[in-house]
Amino acid sequence: MISLRLDVERREIEAMVEASGTVEGVVAHSRRPEPAGAASKGDGTGSEGPPGAASRPLGLLPGGLHPPQDPQTLADLHLDAVFDALDLGEEDPASVAELFRRPVGDADDVRFRQEVFADLLDDEVRKACADFADVVQTVVRRLDGLGRTDDARTRQGLLLAAAKLYCEAVRSLQRATTELGAQIRSRGLQELAGFIDDYVGSADFAVLAGDVETTRAALADLEYCVRVRGLRVEVSPYEGQADYSSEVLAVFERFRQAETRSHLTTYRVEPALGHVGTAILRLVAGTFPEQFAVLQAFCETHADPVHPTVRSFGLHLRFYLSYLAHVAPLRQAGLPLCLPELSPTSKQEQAEEVFDLALAGKLVREGRPVVLNSYRLDGEERVLVVSGPNQGGKTTFARTFGQLHHLAALGCPVPGSSCRLWLADRVFTHFEREEDHDATVGKLEDDLRRVGRILQEATHASVVVMNEAFSSTSLADARFLGERALEELTRLDALGVYVTFVASLARFGPNVVSMVSTVDPDDPAKRTFTIVRAPADGLAHALALARRRRVTYDQLRERFHR
Amino acid sequence: MRPHLLFADRDVDLDSPLPPQADDVANDLHVETLVTAMAAGDRYLAEVARRVLAVSLTDPGEIRYRQAVLSDCLAHPDTLRAFYQVTIDALEDRRRVWGWGIGSSGSPGLVLSGALRRLEAAMPRLRQLRTLAERHQESFASEGLVGLCAELRAELDDDYFALVEAHLSRLHFPDGVLVSAHLAADNSGTGYVLRESEDRSARWRRRLGLRAPGTLAFAIDPRDEGGGRALSELTDRGVNQVADAAARSADHVTGYFSALRAELAFYLGCVNLHDRLAPTGRPVCMPDPCPPGTGAWHAEELCDPALVLRSDSPVVGNALHADEQSLVVVTGANSGGKSTFLRSVGLAQLMAQCGMFVTAGSFRSDVASGVFTHFVREEDESMESGRLDDELARLSLIVDWLAPGALVAFNESFAGTNEQEGSEIARQVTRALAESGVRVVFVTHLFDFADSCQHLRPPALSLRAERAGDGRRSYQLSEAPPLPTSFAPELYRRIGGWACEDRATRGPRRDAAEPAR
Repeated sequence: MISLRLDVERREIEAMVEASGTVEGVVAHSRRPEPAGAASKGDGTGSEGPPGAASRPLGLLPGGLHPPQDPQTLADLHLDAVFDALDLGEEDPASVAELFRRPVGDADDVRFRQEVFADLLDDEVRKACADFADVVQTVVRRLDGLGRTDDARTRQGLLLAAAKLYCEAVRSLQRATTELGAQIRSRGLQELAGFIDDYVGSADFAVLAGDVETTRAALADLEYCVRVRGLRVEVSPYEGQADYSSEVLAVFERFRQAETRSHLTTYRVEPALGHVGTAILRLVAGTFPEQFAVLQAFCETHADPVHPTVRSFGLHLRFYLSYLAHVAPLRQAGLPLCLPELSPTSKQEQAEEVFDLALAGKLVREGRPVVLNSYRLDGEERVLVVSGPNQGGKTTFARTFGQLHHLAALGCPVPGSSCRLWLADRVFTHFEREEDHDATVGKLEDDLRRVGRILQEATHASVVVMNEAFSSTSLADARFLGERALEELTRLDALGVYVTFVASLARFGPNVVSMVSTVDPDDPAKRTFTIVRAPADGLAHALALARRRRVTYDQLRERFHR
Repeated sequence: MRPHLLFADRDVDLDSPLPPQADDVANDLHVETLVTAMAAGDRYLAEVARRVLAVSLTDPGEIRYRQAVLSDCLAHPDTLRAFYQVTIDALEDRRRVWGWGIGSSGSPGLVLSGALRRLEAAMPRLRQLRTLAERHQESFASEGLVGLCAELRAELDDDYFALVEAHLSRLHFPDGVLVSAHLAADNSGTGYVLRESEDRSARWRRRLGLRAPGTLAFAIDPRDEGGGRALSELTDRGVNQVADAAARSADHVTGYFSALRAELAFYLGCVNLHDRLAPTGRPVCMPDPCPPGTGAWHAEELCDPALVLRSDSPVVGNALHADEQSLVVVTGANSGGKSTFLRSVGLAQLMAQCGMFVTAGSFRSDVASGVFTHFVREEDESMESGRLDDELARLSLIVDWLAPGALVAFNESFAGTNEQEGSEIARQVTRALAESGVRVVFVTHLFDFADSCQHLRPPALSLRAERAGDGRRSYQLSEAPPLPTSFAPELYRRIGGWACEDRATRGPRRDAAEPAR
């Protein structure tokens, strides 16, 4: 019955996925049929789970996804650098990476992810899950690599070792989740704990674990000798011969004058079994036929020891763990991260002490302070128009706004102490770009067409971030185009940030909030990077900056005279 | 032996650090498009072209030396290609030879045999060079190419080849390696020295199977690999010095071919570029480089070769009549050819100063102490800088390297703030540069700034991108003051505006993503 429901889900998701590119690995894995044991529990205890849980496929990433964000948008927001820096594991990093590009469609599905994140912020829970995910990844990687080994007996040994590791990981997760008990509150991790409980108790697992033990024991007791004579190599059972190298050392001890340099070669990686090693192994197997028959039988029975649901849980955890690992240094540095309150119905936002995640990563690494900003959108307010001194953090603020909405729609903790945000279907960005190399197409026309595309594609549920658009035009042109853009945003009723040097745009209308970057009153060249809600006064500080860079008229003349 | 085709009195150094700002200048002026045409698919040609273009000559005499060589090459492209092909073949020989030797890192015996193979392969190539020199010296007029041919003929005469070949055959040790050694404290051999091989009478005795008096002999089993290894180790020690000498000789010969290839590569690149430009019908000419202080800055039918190479449609040439000028301000319509003009001025200066022809009907200019560019850039990637400050910081870096006589091309600089303040900075910068003897070409939207340049004493040369009567771009610049017009409203209407009328009928994406339950 469960599997039927899962199939329905699968078709729906596939339809959506098909419409918008794929997230093969991750989504596909989450829909594998369940084992007999887990399925029977699913039937028996489904009612105990939270409402709706039973209709989800097992896994930590339920629900439909929006089409992926435009890569250029993520680049504009500097989220590409953040996501590229994530440790996405080795099993299927591309599909995990894809998840960071795709906003979640449904508010409850976002909450589902937020719950998992909340659990994983607990150090003990996170450690248990991370250990599990790491071992599952190692096991899967080794199993996938078996095909590269030609020799059957070598392959069998590797399979047994992987199976042993796998059983240990599953048992250890079960022990951990049992001990953690009520510390696990999220629907997702409760499902994982329930599944692991059932799985460890299942007959399949008991057989696997028992076979691992007996096979391992048989092979561990075996000891043999290799004799190389000219081109000839002999293998025999070990029969108690003494350690010869220490004998040799003893014989020549009398000649020793001083400590000699070590001639030991250090090997950093295990050497691959070459053809000689393989041939030796074949002789060893011939010497101990019984033990190798046990191994062969094990491998025939347990060709793929990893349960598909375990595999998909491992992969799903990577999404959560990679993000948390990335923000861990920020949390350690005392920066706030929060799970935002999300609304698909209200565009009134309040964001406290927010910051640019990408920039903060860099500043924390360099031991420098991070400036926190706050903003709010009340009533009919929709667009923040940011003006003021250059290099005052306007661009950073615009990025932060875009990052908050994209990260929130992933279900991720966002950089800020407390946030109430609109659940956006997509974030659009227009950041000034280097002149296209094909300079025969005018830059302004290109800009206009890009903005046109954005305004065509955006919906009332979207977020639009425009940074210094049209800054290379005349003041009159920039004002004209800025007003057209704000008119369209108003008609859309979309949320947005518009960074501009045209102060008059900050007085566009009641849906526009004016925010300005600020400078240190004692030193106009010194920025505070604080963006505050205040009327735009059009006062820029360009000459102060020029003085700091020593390029005013007087300074230049003096530099030439030296 | 030195090729000396790029400099009359010194070698070209392709490994020295590039001048400051060279990457920015190359990027801004689309030098890579030029380089691609010069390379014609040969990565090495591209590498050399890139380097030579980056290092401007500042002595008109040195420029004319190259112009003369280039004129010879343009007149005799097949001869140039024949010379170049010999260097390619020679270096290819070496690679093939090294393919089956171990190279320089094996035992002395391997080093020696590798070196011999390289030297033996090089001999016929050196003969080819001499033959080419004999055949073509008369057809050249330039000091550089005549000198090259004369040197090849003088240094690579028949006596020299005979001497080299005698040495090469002896180094094969047809009579075996003769090594002397003395005993170390533990009675092992030490101090191995290669000795003159046996004389004629000894060779006959050996061939007749007779021992020399007092000689004892033994043999190792042919299957005794360890014994074989010990013997070859002994000869290795013996030939160590001579192997080193031979390998270094081979390196020298290879080095000559490499140097010759490098110097020819630049001219071959120029010939390739010339071949690409010829069908477009755009005029090219050898520029007239003038000593600093002449006040020359004059071009007819000047166009951007990078654009000529890329564009399918005919490219418009422009005049630059800026003798005695130190500031040229370019304003006008978007997509009106301002950036292209700016690049054509910068590239012409760059090409002229490495000895190349330029894409113009005529071009006469003072040599610049350096060519610099300050172009609008994508927002700084370090995430922190605001745009204006980034621009100012870049400008400040350029100023560090500026000397009187330099040429700076500005493209939409100081647009990262409002028009009034951007104009003020532009005014201060250009005034300071002009008064310090730096030539400036400035493409700008800053009307306030461009307008004020009219009122300088002497006034700046103002050029304006024009549109034809039908409102389309003509890409033609004319000497005219800036217009206080804005173009965005027209452009906005032409693309049909941004308003999307069917907005109301389109649902939000949220509905599309929700799984149907």
